[in-house]
Amino acid sequence: MKSAVIVFPGSNCDRDLAVAIRDVTGSDPAMVWHRDAELPDGLGLIAVPGGFSYGDYLRSGAMAARSPIMRAIVEAAGRGVPVLGICNGFQILTEAGLLPGALMRNAGLNFVCCDVALAVGNDRSVFTSRYRAGETIRLPVAHHDGNYTADAETLDRLEGEGQVAFRYVEAVNGSARNIAGIVNEAGNVLGMMPHPERLIEQAQGGIDGRRLFEGLLEAVG
Amino acid sequence: MKTRVYVTLKGGVLDPQGKAIHHALEGLGFSGVNDVRAGKLIELDLADTVSDGDVEAMCRKLLANTVIENFRIERVPA
Repeated sequence: MKSAVIVFPGSNCDRDLAVAIRDVTGSDPAMVWHRDAELPDGLGLIAVPGGFSYGDYLRSGAMAARSPIMRAIVEAAGRGVPVLGICNGFQILTEAGLLPGALMRNAGLNFVCCDVALAVGNDRSVFTSRYRAGETIRLPVAHHDGNYTADAETLDRLEGEGQVAFRYVEAVNGSARNIAGIVNEAGNVLGMMPHPERLIEQAQGGIDGRRLFEGLLEAVG
Repeated sequence: MKTRVYVTLKGGVLDPQGKAIHHALEGLGFSGVNDVRAGKLIELDLADTVSDGDVEAMCRKLLANTVIENFRIERVPA
């Protein structure tokens, strides 16, 4: 599977993500600089990593979402190419309009950095096929702006259409309806605050994150 | 022309930073503070050719996230 990891100034999970992708898929992702206007052909995954792109200036993800590469990502997402945004990547995808809602400062104002229990809400997307709906998994979070917000109508729609991919079992950051990750209507764009790329092998304390990449590999081939 | 853009959170959106400021003010002994909302002020120095419509487009495309924020534009005569 060909893949790309987008690198912004201030990204800091891009290499972890590349290691995870290589480990699961057997091939190195292309590392694509944010100022590039084009993506490689034939991608099975576009991964937008965590970090603090542009120092979180203006709003988390706001500047990155207006980078030249984002036009190509929006276009590819429209064609059905899987796009995964983790942490700052999730913030960037909402700012770019690929996912609804916004991620605000954590309700407690504290940076949260710990493992959290997540309930899988959707096991039908290309990212979540290796999980079972209702299953509880553990993944690390590390963020300051993970407080998911959207209007009630949008939240109802996300829940009604099965677009809530992951939910915090206990409140972590004030997120509306404990939402930790959502997919778009077509199911090919996933944004999530927890870090699946940090639990890829047992030496890291578990492999609950690995299954996300395995499911994608299986779906995309 | 100097132009100010005020970006504020929409009414229904919780404001954790405003809450923290509120608590801090109470901690300093200021009473009578009913609520605090924190926003942003962005000052732009614009050529005279930049229209009101252009500034509004700047707000919608970047300066404000209209999912959670409102904006108000104030043109400041020289």
